[in-house]
Amino acid sequence: MTDHRASAPADVTLPVDVPPVDEAGPGPGPPPEDGGGEAALRLDRLTKVYPGAPRPAVDALDLAVPRGELVALVGPSGCGKTTTLKMINRLVEPTSGTVWLDGVDVRSLPVHELRRGIGYVIQQAGLFPHRKVRDNIATVPRMLGWPRRRIDDRVHELAELLDLDPDLLDRYPAALSGGQQQRVGVARALAADPPVLLMDEPYSAVDPIVRARLQDELMALQRRVHKTIVLVTHDIDEAIKLADRIAVLNVGGVLEQVGSPEDLLREPANDFVADFLGDDRGIKRLSLLRVGSAALRRGPVVEAGAPVEEARQVMAREGTDWVAVCEGDRLRGWVGADDLDRVSSVAAAEPRPFAAVVRADTTLRSALDVIVTSRSRVAVVVDDPHAGAAGASPDARYLGVLTLDDLAEGVTG
Amino acid sequence: MTAPLTAAEPLVRWDWVRDHTDDITAAFWEHLHLTAVAVAVGFAISLVLALVAVRWRWTYEPLAGICSVLYAIPSLALFGVLVAIPFFGLGFRTAMVALVSYTLLILLRNIVAGFDGVPAAAREAADAMGYERWRRVLQVDLPLAVPAIVAGLRIATVTTVGLVTVTALVGKGGFGDLINDGLSRDFPTPIVVGTVLSVALAVALDVAFVALEWLITPWARAARRARAPAGAEVAP
Repeated sequence: MTDHRASAPADVTLPVDVPPVDEAGPGPGPPPEDGGGEAALRLDRLTKVYPGAPRPAVDALDLAVPRGELVALVGPSGCGKTTTLKMINRLVEPTSGTVWLDGVDVRSLPVHELRRGIGYVIQQAGLFPHRKVRDNIATVPRMLGWPRRRIDDRVHELAELLDLDPDLLDRYPAALSGGQQQRVGVARALAADPPVLLMDEPYSAVDPIVRARLQDELMALQRRVHKTIVLVTHDIDEAIKLADRIAVLNVGGVLEQVGSPEDLLREPANDFVADFLGDDRGIKRLSLLRVGSAALRRGPVVEAGAPVEEARQVMAREGTDWVAVCEGDRLRGWVGADDLDRVSSVAAAEPRPFAAVVRADTTLRSALDVIVTSRSRVAVVVDDPHAGAAGASPDARYLGVLTLDDLAEGVTG
Repeated sequence: MTAPLTAAEPLVRWDWVRDHTDDITAAFWEHLHLTAVAVAVGFAISLVLALVAVRWRWTYEPLAGICSVLYAIPSLALFGVLVAIPFFGLGFRTAMVALVSYTLLILLRNIVAGFDGVPAAAREAADAMGYERWRRVLQVDLPLAVPAIVAGLRIATVTTVGLVTVTALVGKGGFGDLINDGLSRDFPTPIVVGTVLSVALAVALDVAFVALEWLITPWARAARRARAPAGAEVAP
């Protein structure tokens, strides 16, 4: 199946020299001119003035999208972000300026061939209601004249990639939930393995829980397929979560700032960008940082076999009324100061499991939530693949603790 | 309309029916033939007009206006004019012009409504995936317009079956010929037989279209089921 995917780009009629960049490794076609830093997509003074409009919808926009990166176009309504997106695959023809796709002016290609080589995902998926899911996914490969066998294989491969139950393939779109439809929309866009994917508010029509899940899935998918993605959204949190780079547009299609989410949050270029990012930039930055990147402290911890007196000393030193109990690096739980009154050793106090723990890959924002809702105002950091809402599992390894001060250090330091 | 029906004359004389099965069968085929040709020709013309109207939107109102005028012409007046023209005269051509004219408005409006009802997102997705215009119209717009188109065909067909009885006036009337015969002789049997069979034919053709639609639009059933307030929520 992976071999098959590696050969897919050879059949994409888009005349660009894009090697397949998914996990299947390099396929046919010449290598890129230079490494990964070169822009796969470049907008050059791109301008759109709609007839009769008092001012441009997009005004001399310059933007480079490096290969394999996800760039989010964000801004208020009327900022021309969707118009910009549609000028890339010529659903909207620019008034002036150029879109370069791997060094080729998109206007030099026949429009239908250009579009077959660019994936497109829209709000509410836009599936064809009269075609079964498998036929929806097969749309572009069929237009490209792939043999039936290869199309079948590709459809199943994509169903697996997007976690779609094979039973769904023979249903009509109306029988699917909004989230499932959106996944099919992404599968359809990826079917012919185009190097570039355009996404127009892909998750705005699904409920927040499904949206968060689809966003996580897109990030996981992108780690496997490394597409060059342009995503239009009005949801700044979505952009911060998904994008390698964010371009903030103002009304009239004026580019205010472009940079990594971290750059924008740390140093917004002007008041407009700062306003658009919201008055919780510090909190938002917490969602970009992981617990593992913060300096962890050892915290109040004792060996299970330690005498009660040692535990009391640790609590006094740390200023807590509880102490974590470990055996080696295994976390056994915690005991409170009161528990130690009637026992001779820490282990005899029967440590209780921690309810709220965080892992190295938890965002600092989630860690903040754990800290402010925990009785001790501390998040215990564990290495525990099985940790969940119920707390630490018996396999948890103790790594340290995180406090509000440590979080603030992470943002300002 | 001379003498009132006598009490002794039954509504249907079955011996007449037995003796005239050949005439009745011939009337049935003529009726079906006139209806089928009129609806088929009307549909072909309307489809072309609708494609023009959808492509060049400004043409829609003028085209629909012309069809409205045709629809509004009293059939008797139309027959009177056409019969006087040598090419048409009494017979098939005159009957066909009248029957086709009356299908156009219904079919044009329904086909255009069908195209208008195609979800904008599906259309945009088709364009964005590189469909040529003709291919999109054929493979996306047209299939999605089928329910509205079939709805138009059903109305047009039922109307045409009824109108065919009137074209008996120009010598081509299917069951209308039987009805005419009965009226001219104050003889109720052919009137009843012609009327009942004409209605039966209309119902049968209507049912046939419902079956056809059922066969070619399985996706629309899926959509209806999805809209129904089902207890079973589908997982995201």
